[in-house]
Amino acid sequence: MSKEVGTENRPDNTAFTQQRLPAWQPMLSAGIVIPGFVLIGLAFIGIGVALFVTSRNIQVLERDYTGVERDSFCYGCSDLKVKNCKCNLNFTLDKLFEGPVFFYYGLSNYFQNYRQYGNSKDANQLSGDKEYFTEPDESCAPYERVGDVPIAPCGALPNSMFNDTFKLYQMVNGTRVEVPFDGKGISWWTDYNIKYRNPPGTPLSKAFEGTTNPPFWPRPAYELDTTDPSNNGFINQDFLVWMRRAALPDFRKLYRRITEGEYAKGLPAGKYTLVIGYNYPVRAFNGKKKVVFSNVSWMGGKNKFLGIAYLVIGSMCVVMSIVMLIVYAKFKFPDEE
Amino acid sequence: MCTSDESELATVTWQSSSGFDPPHQSDTRTVYVANRFPQHGHYIPQRFADNRIISSKYTVWNFVPKNLFEQFRRIANFYFIIIFLVQLMIDTPTSPVTSGLPLFFVITVTAIKQGYEDWLRHKADNEVNGAPVFVVRSGSLVQTRSKNIRVGDIVRVAKDETFPADLVLLSSDRLEGTCHITTASLDGETNLKTHFSVAETSVCQSVSRLEALQAVVECQQPDPDLYRFVGRITVTQQGEEIVRPLGPENLLLRGARLKNTKEIFGVAVYTGMESKMALNYKCKSQKRSAVEKSMNSFLIIYLCILLFEAVLSTILKYAWQAETQWDEPFYNQKTEQEKNSSPILKFISDFLAFSVLYNYIIPISLYVTVEMQKFLGSFFIGWDLDLYHEESDQKAQVNTSDLNEELGQVEYVFTDKTGTLTENEMYFRECSINGVKYQELNGKLVPEGMMDDSLDSSNAALTGEELLFLKAVSLCHTVQISYDQPDGVGGGAGDPFSHTNGFSANYMEYYASSPDEKALVEATKRMGVAFTGSNGETMEIKTFGKSEKYKLLHVLEFDANRRRMSVILESPSGGKVLFTKGAESAVLPFSTKGEIEKTRLHVDEFALKGLRTLVVACRHFSAEEYSEVERQLSAARTALQQREERLQEAFAFIERDLQLLGATGVEDRLQDKVQETIEALRLAGIKVLSCGHFHRTMNILELLQQHTDNECAEQLRLLARRIKEDHVIQHGLVVDGASLSLALREHEKLFMDVCKNCSAVLCCRMAPLQKAKVVHLFKTSPEKPITLAIGDGANDVSMIQEAHVGIGIMGKEGRQAVRNSDYAIARFKFLSKLLLVHGHFYYIRIAHLVQYFFYKNVCFITPQFLYQFFCLFSQQTLYDGAYLTLYNIFFTSLPILVYSLFEQLTKPALYRDISGNSLLSFRTFLYWTLLGFCHAFIFFFGSYALMGEDTSLMGNGQILRANRQLMFGNWTFGTLVYTVMVITVTLQLAMETHYWTWMNHFVTWGSIAFYFIFSLFYGGIIWPFVQTQDMYFVFVQLLSSGSAWFTIIIIIVTCLFPDMLKKVLYRHLHPTRTQKSQMYSNRVVIGDDFIALQPLSRAKTQLGKIRADS
Repeated sequence: MSKEVGTENRPDNTAFTQQRLPAWQPMLSAGIVIPGFVLIGLAFIGIGVALFVTSRNIQVLERDYTGVERDSFCYGCSDLKVKNCKCNLNFTLDKLFEGPVFFYYGLSNYFQNYRQYGNSKDANQLSGDKEYFTEPDESCAPYERVGDVPIAPCGALPNSMFNDTFKLYQMVNGTRVEVPFDGKGISWWTDYNIKYRNPPGTPLSKAFEGTTNPPFWPRPAYELDTTDPSNNGFINQDFLVWMRRAALPDFRKLYRRITEGEYAKGLPAGKYTLVIGYNYPVRAFNGKKKVVFSNVSWMGGKNKFLGIAYLVIGSMCVVMSIVMLIVYAKFKFPDEE
Repeated sequence: MCTSDESELATVTWQSSSGFDPPHQSDTRTVYVANRFPQHGHYIPQRFADNRIISSKYTVWNFVPKNLFEQFRRIANFYFIIIFLVQLMIDTPTSPVTSGLPLFFVITVTAIKQGYEDWLRHKADNEVNGAPVFVVRSGSLVQTRSKNIRVGDIVRVAKDETFPADLVLLSSDRLEGTCHITTASLDGETNLKTHFSVAETSVCQSVSRLEALQAVVECQQPDPDLYRFVGRITVTQQGEEIVRPLGPENLLLRGARLKNTKEIFGVAVYTGMESKMALNYKCKSQKRSAVEKSMNSFLIIYLCILLFEAVLSTILKYAWQAETQWDEPFYNQKTEQEKNSSPILKFISDFLAFSVLYNYIIPISLYVTVEMQKFLGSFFIGWDLDLYHEESDQKAQVNTSDLNEELGQVEYVFTDKTGTLTENEMYFRECSINGVKYQELNGKLVPEGMMDDSLDSSNAALTGEELLFLKAVSLCHTVQISYDQPDGVGGGAGDPFSHTNGFSANYMEYYASSPDEKALVEATKRMGVAFTGSNGETMEIKTFGKSEKYKLLHVLEFDANRRRMSVILESPSGGKVLFTKGAESAVLPFSTKGEIEKTRLHVDEFALKGLRTLVVACRHFSAEEYSEVERQLSAARTALQQREERLQEAFAFIERDLQLLGATGVEDRLQDKVQETIEALRLAGIKVLSCGHFHRTMNILELLQQHTDNECAEQLRLLARRIKEDHVIQHGLVVDGASLSLALREHEKLFMDVCKNCSAVLCCRMAPLQKAKVVHLFKTSPEKPITLAIGDGANDVSMIQEAHVGIGIMGKEGRQAVRNSDYAIARFKFLSKLLLVHGHFYYIRIAHLVQYFFYKNVCFITPQFLYQFFCLFSQQTLYDGAYLTLYNIFFTSLPILVYSLFEQLTKPALYRDISGNSLLSFRTFLYWTLLGFCHAFIFFFGSYALMGEDTSLMGNGQILRANRQLMFGNWTFGTLVYTVMVITVTLQLAMETHYWTWMNHFVTWGSIAFYFIFSLFYGGIIWPFVQTQDMYFVFVQLLSSGSAWFTIIIIIVTCLFPDMLKKVLYRHLHPTRTQKSQMYSNRVVIGDDFIALQPLSRAKTQLGKIRADS
């Protein structure tokens, strides 16, 4: 009789099939974790201090100009009935406001992240596709057409573009000297050069023929910037900044940079006047408007959160490693050296 | 086709086949042999199934619709299709693709898996259906495929082939038209059975004679009962019709194997799916593991969270929008359509939109990942060399991968004894002849106490009593002899154990219905009295080479009531003699001569040693006595009424006044390492209910031979008291079948209490149904423990199917148990590795898999929910659609899958740590869910704190000066949250991983890297055919901000730091056994057995250490 039974069913003797692949088996023992925590903690405290100091050195000047209160400098303008209203914000700098200085406008209680609002635009139109100049996407409704004439750019998002204007003057020896604003390069490079395109055709006004401007806009898209013809249409910097929707209801958007001439090093100490062209209504929804002057460090604008967070977590790591050390010493198992 | 448990039992008791409802109108079917239909007009052809066996579920054509239908019957898939449809119908925040794509992915993966499994079934079916068979057609023998056999075909089957359909035997190569078959693959009986043909057809031994045969078979419609067949055959000879009855002894069942007979011819009566074997196919039992049950309840909880969040959001939305300044600010006026739609409709559509927005909290890929994990994971069981049995070349076999983790949860093990704990290989050990004990030494019968050196003197000088005893043993049996030249693996996959000990010399093999008989006949052969053959009328033995022929007059078959069998023989000298063999209680009372008392003592002694005992007796008849016996027997055998009773009377008349010859003791050896295995299981906290091998220190309690209710209750109470009073650590309980049924009928609770306090319970003499009942009793007790039943025979099937996990031993009693089990192993000792290593691993793996899945989806969707508070509940998504879609299927799927296949932990004694489904307890679930919520809050508000003031996040680096003072928008915010989330969630799993193979490293770091690469690519180009280019360059801009990097780091550390702290502190303050063992793994003293039970990698290092030490 056959004693030898075949071995064709014999499983392979490999590390994989036998579940003994070489493996690293880390253990969270106190001996590793405590020094690790201390190291991380110290590193974080270091980073935290650096971030905190950096953030504290950033100068910020912030002014609300909504004009709700009676004594506010823009009170007269906050009434919607007043057209082309201008108000002046005067401020004094005690010391040099180091450059480059960035000038922002800010809105609060304003929901740019509202879904239907954010979707209310026609991406194809904005990329210069002429087809959509005659047939805008229906997501633009109710800002799709005025009568039968299609709107370009259509939709609630472009329509509601921020339209206050600002001009900054320094009082030098009793005369107002305009501080030059630099409006180039305040939007994303890719937005300006790739994502948004004007429709083909020169002059631009011809390309926009057969469309009308959004109802809230005083001028058509091709006349957004009267001083610089290349800054018009869908690649207008202010327009691009507006079109990048803010994540949260209280937001700021970059308006201009101060980088030119004698102000490249910053705003010297002195008296300044900001002349605000007050157009944008916010009181209907309890909104607030503000202007912000700020400079930036290597980590960006002023942000206390990061430095504090690093300090807190860093010190917690250190404290906890001390607690662990105590626990470890007290509850040490007798047979563990 | 599924016959339920109950119906099977019903059919066994000869009830009507309740489980099967034949689709035929008529009660009988008429089969014209060789399909020679009558020429007369009144013949109505009946339609029969063809001989195709179909176990597959799908065909090429119906695969897609049928599989889809079955998949959508799953509640989770149905849920997602609903979400998908909602997205198609109403204006929802996300595009239908975001839920359609993952759904498609999940459905496809599942379909591929099921298609593959079905393909395997198709392959197996084709192999069976395409097997070559020989059929008599138009006067010659034609080779065709098995599937082409039709009812009425005459089929030729050669020796050692299996029958391709249910055949009525027409003729064999033997003159009397008999043949031998084994039905091992059907009912597990390995003995040879003789089947008969009708005299009229048995002469048709050649094709040409069969051609002339005119016969019609009428029989009942298909019936799953293997032992029932009623029919008749009408043979037309010279214009005369001869009718003969047909019974089960005429029917050759599909799946049985022809033995000992050169060839047979038979007519097919039941084919294909109507054959008895096919009717006995069972649908795989739908056992669900405890993990799956808790998974489902967790899903429901999450569904509630989802609904709650959606309702809350909807209500808040309307509360907020009550004021027009929020409802319709000037910059976002409504369209006419929006203004005019009904508020109720709007409310509903808002609710649906929120549900869609949050629907990802139900982890869509959970089911498919769990399925993949089980499917792939079960390969490791089959691959395990430790579960491979060298001698029989059998590896572990997984029939249901659904229960892998249940193996790690078992609290009670129910085991069969014979064949499961023992080898089911009988060895003759001792005997008692005429009051003297003998032992077998080197093939000699030696009286006990005789020394080895005196062996020579006793050579061949057997006394008369000894000789008579040996002759009695070698004549009184129903053993058959097969003279095969065994081929390779003795007859195929069915019975790889046909190589029997020491009998290979002259190619003679004994086949016996009971292994005891076989062992006895083999033993007498070794001692010089060899049974060499029988042909139905004479039995031949060789006594020391001298041949003697006994004429076989009558066989008084064994039955369970008499518990003995007898043969009446005519010796060569002409005397008539009766030999009886049976249980001691069935023979001793009828014995009048011989050393009755001494033998009784010896039998008790044998039994105490664990030997199986039989008592042998004889009776010599005078001529008058014999004629009386003859008269009584034939009268009873031919009686038309009450034949059973009259036979019993006749037997009782014959089997009396016996002369006691002696008793035999046969040992059924324990399998290798049974004691150790049971001990290891017990150490792991598993209770073993079996045929006891009690620990020496155990206190044995007995509940035996209870006849009345009251006695039984009394005894039980007594036992319960003893358990409390006796100060012994471990108790063992012995129960027999009769007492058990009493205990179960009235005193279930009391019995359970006693059982639970015993660490071993021995149940003996149990019916299959009783075994299942005990299992059921434990299963349904208030604690709902997880039970495991292990057995090897057909009688264990009901128990195997009843228990949570059923394990089959690939033993000698056929494949029945294996086929009905969830897992099959070759030896009992493999159970420890299967439970303590594989089960343990799979439980830990799957438990973490499930918890982690819920965790990562909470992390995923909660920021989305929080964001609604900042966007006026306008259903603005936080993440881009592609990110929503790919989170579960790409970015976070592989690490957990690999973890759940490769994670390893700890040692078997730690089995207790996870018992009672503790890793999936509500507390753990709550912990993970809360952890998920906490992390989600940290992600969201961490990012919020950074972006909230919305200052510029770009530095003033000199190189990047131009164009770098940018403002970030909502998509950058979402991407920041998402980036932090993907990394944290992956690292959280990394912290849970204890066993880092290269694959873990690859998928963990690979996932994070893949996320970055994908995002760079996704944001790097303007995608054609996509409406909005929201994500264009967002990721690059985010990463070029130093502050963003700092934020990512601080948020990740903040998330992981408390959990890390908790792990370390917990380990020192409340270490679980698992962790203790990790801490002191080097110092634990371990025995060799334990090393065998451990994951190999660990065992290897430990072995190395031990060797280095010594």
